[in-house]
Amino acid sequence: MTATAPSPYHVDAAGYYGPFGGAYVPEMLYPNVEELRDNYLRITEDPTFQHDFQQLLTDYVGRPTPLFFAQRLSEHIGTTIYLKREDLCHTGAHKINNTIGQILVAQRLGKKRIVAETGAGQHGVATATVCALMGLECIIYMGAIDMERQKPNVDRMRMLGAKVMPAKSGSQTLKDATNEAMRHWISHPTDTHYIIGSVVGPHPYPDMVARFQSVISAEMIRQLLHQTGRAIPDFLLACVGGGSNAAGAFYHYLDEPSVRLIAAEAAGQGVDTGHSAATTALGKPGILHGASTILMQTEDGQVTEPYSISAGLDYPGIGPQHAQLFATGRAEFMSITDKQALDAAFQLSRLEGIIPALETAHALACLPLIGAKKDDVVVVCLSGRGDKDLATYTKHLEEYS
Amino acid sequence: MNRLTTLFQQKTANVLNVYFTAGFPGLNDTVPILRALQDSGADLVEIGMPYSDPVADGETIQRSNQQALENGMTVAKLFEQLHGIREQGITVPILLMGYLNPVVQFGIEKFCQQCQAVGVDGIILPDLPLTVYEREYQPLFAQYGLKVVFLVTPQTSAARVRQLDALADGFIYLVAAAGTTGAQTDMNADVDAYLSRTKALDLRNPTLVGFGISDAASFAAASRHTTGAIIGSAFIRLLQQAPAAQRATVIQEFVAGIRP
Repeated sequence: MTATAPSPYHVDAAGYYGPFGGAYVPEMLYPNVEELRDNYLRITEDPTFQHDFQQLLTDYVGRPTPLFFAQRLSEHIGTTIYLKREDLCHTGAHKINNTIGQILVAQRLGKKRIVAETGAGQHGVATATVCALMGLECIIYMGAIDMERQKPNVDRMRMLGAKVMPAKSGSQTLKDATNEAMRHWISHPTDTHYIIGSVVGPHPYPDMVARFQSVISAEMIRQLLHQTGRAIPDFLLACVGGGSNAAGAFYHYLDEPSVRLIAAEAAGQGVDTGHSAATTALGKPGILHGASTILMQTEDGQVTEPYSISAGLDYPGIGPQHAQLFATGRAEFMSITDKQALDAAFQLSRLEGIIPALETAHALACLPLIGAKKDDVVVVCLSGRGDKDLATYTKHLEEYS
Repeated sequence: MNRLTTLFQQKTANVLNVYFTAGFPGLNDTVPILRALQDSGADLVEIGMPYSDPVADGETIQRSNQQALENGMTVAKLFEQLHGIREQGITVPILLMGYLNPVVQFGIEKFCQQCQAVGVDGIILPDLPLTVYEREYQPLFAQYGLKVVFLVTPQTSAARVRQLDALADGFIYLVAAAGTTGAQTDMNADVDAYLSRTKALDLRNPTLVGFGISDAASFAAASRHTTGAIIGSAFIRLLQQAPAAQRATVIQEFVAGIRP
């Protein structure tokens, strides 16, 4: 894990992952992005920052999250499955690892207000939570359609004192919420910090967010060693919308080629149906939200409106690091349909008593497809809990009765 | 010589640049609107290439982009529409403005070739990083005779303004206040101070002010310390409201009213 040559999978000095990454932002955002770029490593590597960050992860978020041996699921699938329980984080998903880190950065940059985008609402809730904790004003942009299908999270954000603004442009989902949050940042350049919720956006966001989420794989190494006697799994599975839980789960294993990294994308109704969010299956290199990455788009370079049953995966791009993992073949990308995800969600609920988020269910749905043998150690990043998806699950209850 | 260069050699004050979105309100309105602007006395025209995710634009221009895309506008279609305009009496300098992705997908060299072939004089790509410009785009723009315009905002440091000025060869686009296009910029003392501060830098390029310029008063205030100003959202709103049959007259009156 201590490679002497620079890793081809981590960000380089110019902010790129191979051909992907960079900071493709209009001049209005340049000073903000530059300020962050010039300060994020100095701030986050400072011992007092690390102390505050670790303390909050422990006492507030509830880390370390357990690594749970899923015995019945393992028997059912025919392999050895461990679940990294990010669903047990405060607020119900891994998203808060990042928002804790970024709110501490925002404080040290002297910012007074936080703006963020959210898809499923998990990042919005995690952002509203840390803003309440630190006493900062909080504005969350959320697609108007997502506000409807993830209403409990809208209510939670409001309960926490955040202002939730509907994004009404375009497809009215995560992509458009991100556009609106960026516009808000453009209009409030000096006193506002933009807490991006995933490993997307201009450099240094993808790297900064991945670093905050890397606690997931750091804990995994210790826990696997303790429980199995080996630090390295054979397979590591995570879902990818923008890809922050995958980035954190993969982080310390990127340069361990024996670990097969599996990224689950949302195929929606099917990759070829025109109602899909399977970025690597349908996309090609392009530029969105400040980064060069892989992107679903028309021949003319217009960004395609994605579709997934899961609001958190309903995004037409992926983080630039994931684009590089895909392009180099380091990670395998699988397309999982709405139906496969629902099957996996009901399966986990009934075999292990854990209701996963719809996003996470896409990663679980890969389990029967990866060819893992009985003694192979398979870790799934259980990125979030399914309470927010109950309305969707309830609609399908009869099919699984 | 490049028409933009010639314009700024001949005119150093009160230059009016009008922005509109290609393929809006109707797909084939691009050239008629361009002609009406020339006939009305606009000094240069900035044609927006519509994009699905225009993050630097406010609601008015976003909606015009969306409508143009629904009309079927593409980069290739725009070049088709502009084909032959220079032979048909369009002499006004033309800039193309757009976000990077559609240009990259079209192919950057092919894009530059087409610009030269139809007689485009300059390019504004707000999300093109300066380092990428220097490395990949500058030689191509120079080869095909295209001038480049960079944006500067009130938050841009003096050192960076100088860096942008050294690389630009069209003009410097001064964003009047923090915000997206179409925001109601109050031409207050802060804006005035920013514009006069920029003037004191004695840049080698002409300067045009944009964002929130909508009428004679804001144009005059913006032009006090600069070479001129840019009107975008206000003109798009005019195009939305004007009946097609009266469009040329309405454009004439609007442009005449900016510099009474």
